[in-house]
Amino acid sequence: MSDTHARTTAFVRDTMLPEAPAPIAQRGAVKWLRENLFSGWMNTALTLASLYVIWWLLAHITPWFGNAVWNANSLAECRAILDGRSGACLGVIRDRWHQLLFGFYPPQHYWRPVLALVLLFGALAPMLFSNLPRRLLWLSALYPFVAYHLLWGGSIWIPVVAAAGFGVGALAWRLITPYTALGAILAALVTPILWWVLAAGAVAGALTSVAPLGLEFVRSDRFGGFLISLVIGISGISLSLPLGVLLALGRKSDMLLLRSVCIIFIEFIRGVPLITLLFTASLLLNYFLPPGTSFDLILRVIIMVTIFAAAYIAEVVRGGLAALPRGQYEAADSLGLDYWRSMRLIILPQALKISIPGIVNTFIGLFKDTTLVVFIGLLDPIGLSNAIRADTSWNGIYWELFIFIGALFFVFCFGISRYSMYLERKLSRGHR
Amino acid sequence: MATTAETFPRKVFRPSMLLYDKRYRSLTIQVVVLFLLMGFFAWLIDNTLTNLAALGRDFSFRFLGQTAGYDINQRLIDYNSQMTHGRAAVVGLLNTLLVAVLACVLATVVGVLAGVLRLSNNWLVAGLMTVYVEIFRNIPTLLWILIIFAIMTEAMPPPSAFRGEDATSSMLLWDTVAVTNRGVYIPEPLFSRSLGVIDMGSFLISIDLLAIVAVVGLSIWANKRLLAHATAVQNATGIRPKTWWKSILILVLPIVALLVVLGFHLGYPELRGFNFAGGTHLRNSLIALWFALGIYTGAFVAENVRSGILAVSKGQTEAAFALGLRPGLTMRLVILPQALRVIIPPLISQYLNITKNTSLALAVGYMDLRSTLGGITINQTGRELEGMLLMMLIYLVISLLISGAMNVYNARVKLKER
Repeated sequence: MSDTHARTTAFVRDTMLPEAPAPIAQRGAVKWLRENLFSGWMNTALTLASLYVIWWLLAHITPWFGNAVWNANSLAECRAILDGRSGACLGVIRDRWHQLLFGFYPPQHYWRPVLALVLLFGALAPMLFSNLPRRLLWLSALYPFVAYHLLWGGSIWIPVVAAAGFGVGALAWRLITPYTALGAILAALVTPILWWVLAAGAVAGALTSVAPLGLEFVRSDRFGGFLISLVIGISGISLSLPLGVLLALGRKSDMLLLRSVCIIFIEFIRGVPLITLLFTASLLLNYFLPPGTSFDLILRVIIMVTIFAAAYIAEVVRGGLAALPRGQYEAADSLGLDYWRSMRLIILPQALKISIPGIVNTFIGLFKDTTLVVFIGLLDPIGLSNAIRADTSWNGIYWELFIFIGALFFVFCFGISRYSMYLERKLSRGHR
Repeated sequence: MATTAETFPRKVFRPSMLLYDKRYRSLTIQVVVLFLLMGFFAWLIDNTLTNLAALGRDFSFRFLGQTAGYDINQRLIDYNSQMTHGRAAVVGLLNTLLVAVLACVLATVVGVLAGVLRLSNNWLVAGLMTVYVEIFRNIPTLLWILIIFAIMTEAMPPPSAFRGEDATSSMLLWDTVAVTNRGVYIPEPLFSRSLGVIDMGSFLISIDLLAIVAVVGLSIWANKRLLAHATAVQNATGIRPKTWWKSILILVLPIVALLVVLGFHLGYPELRGFNFAGGTHLRNSLIALWFALGIYTGAFVAENVRSGILAVSKGQTEAAFALGLRPGLTMRLVILPQALRVIIPPLISQYLNITKNTSLALAVGYMDLRSTLGGITINQTGRELEGMLLMMLIYLVISLLISGAMNVYNARVKLKER
């Protein structure tokens, strides 16, 4: 066998060939291009179409930004400088950025909203990063009062007295708990309300007359621009989450009446556009409240936005609750936990984790929807862009303002969505 | 045995059980909630009545029968300013539904395209689509509506630019479509041998339209019968008769014949005087609302489509290939039915969002339900309470209808589990 083999084989290589590089079409950029962009006629057509789109966009946008004029005090001046070329008139941003950000907030007090925003990140830190000491959460709980005082100002005793209401409630609970648990809960609910309704005004007034401390008061109608979007958005977000969770629990409750009330509420709110709720806040609330009551428009809007977002969050959380296996509920019951403990310790942590993407989407939607307040006369960025255009020197300017406002919203919303993705990855336990 | 039974306390009702016994506690809570609710509503109604009395007003919907006295520039049914507020509201409602349907169609087309392309192997296309989705999702709808409105009114040529020998602008698509800063003019369908209209008292129905709907419906029904017959033959003999040319004949021939009989032709827009005449005029407000809502919601639909396709596991494709199905059939018979189950429910809630977002029409002066009933009517009659309640009710009914449709669909495609 080996003989025949040796005879018929004319040549046997006994050394290895030197390693040759892969053909040019199979490596590096060429291979990548062939595989990703030109793998077939369809793909090639798509690539060429995309290249055309990109080129078209760049051809229009680049000169527009390239020729941007910053140093102009009116659109006419801008056009004179541009001399017929296409170009952005960013002078309007330089001239009016403070209005787009703060509205008509007094310029000498700009540090107050800025400080409130910085403190917000401080207050959020203990909630976002679980490795910080838990005691910092007390500072987060104080934040709403600090922020209120920074933004609106007035006597410092108003937020202090309001915060004291919670202290009164806690105190009542402490005092009564040894005697009767139920009474303690009732007292903890009732005493703060009594405090706010009966005592708070008088106490705050007395303290103010004794020690008139506080920042200068800024009226709500001076608020505007991105500041108002943030105030409404952030208050709405933080208030709607607990309310939404409660509504979701109510909708899954065994009690018929409670469940029906929650379902009717949720479906009603989800069925009407936000704008009708805002009009209700601005036009109809006067009908529903006792004669002579009137309170701040921003506060009314915050309430409406909160209710609106809470209904959506309730649906998202309900999805999370439904996605939990039944065994989790049964396990919690078999441990002997009562309803609230089983919810707090077993069910909600898991359900909320599942619902994070939906909750964040609701938040982003809520934040974008704050622009609707322009319809009831609040000066959000879009309302201000109309106001700026009404000025003779900037009459007819559109794109620069729209791009600036759009970019502000984009940065915030995109940032939130990326953070939620990070949170999802961090919280995922590797099983579905 | 008997002794253990006796050691249990006898079932006696004590008042404390209302609080500490789980069976009675829920009853207690519900009664308390009921009283609180009744008190709350009584308080609200009492306040409202007091306030109405103080203003010297009553609560009635009679204003719907009064003369409206304002014009609506876009109407699908006959309307003039001498007609009632109620009719103006109906015109507005129809405008709302019109723009909602248009935007839903556009959002679906854009969303499906973008969602599929985002999964493409082509790096450039996938990247472009990601940029589209992220930019549109993260900027408020209202801003998009205003931007597209500004593009239409500021960046498009005025009708005068189409005039003369050296016109700076020209009409698109073989001189049939004119895009101007006053709106878009497209050809309109006309019938030279029209069958006339039926007068239904408050509105008119075109017999031509009825005939077309009837013929198309009949053809579709006949085609269904044909396909069912083909399936029956296939089940009996194993060979499916060729039906495609019959299908085309059944679907195309009757409608073409009807259009010829009716003398169907297109009326093209023409420049006359200072403006275009003839054709259908799509106002800038409609275009802005339609495209802004369509493209904005399209970004959300794209994400739904993408996640729906990704939700079908790769094993399904491989199993289909192992059965010998070709890629086209695999897509149609295996992937799509499963992906659609994931895609459709969020798609329908996007439709719901579009319908509610049409209320932003206010920003561009589109005369929808909110601008007619909830806007001018309220301002003229001062009936904000009744008007807003009625408007909310209408939106609520539309929403409930759409979500009802979604529930029906969900029940139909639910996984049939044992």
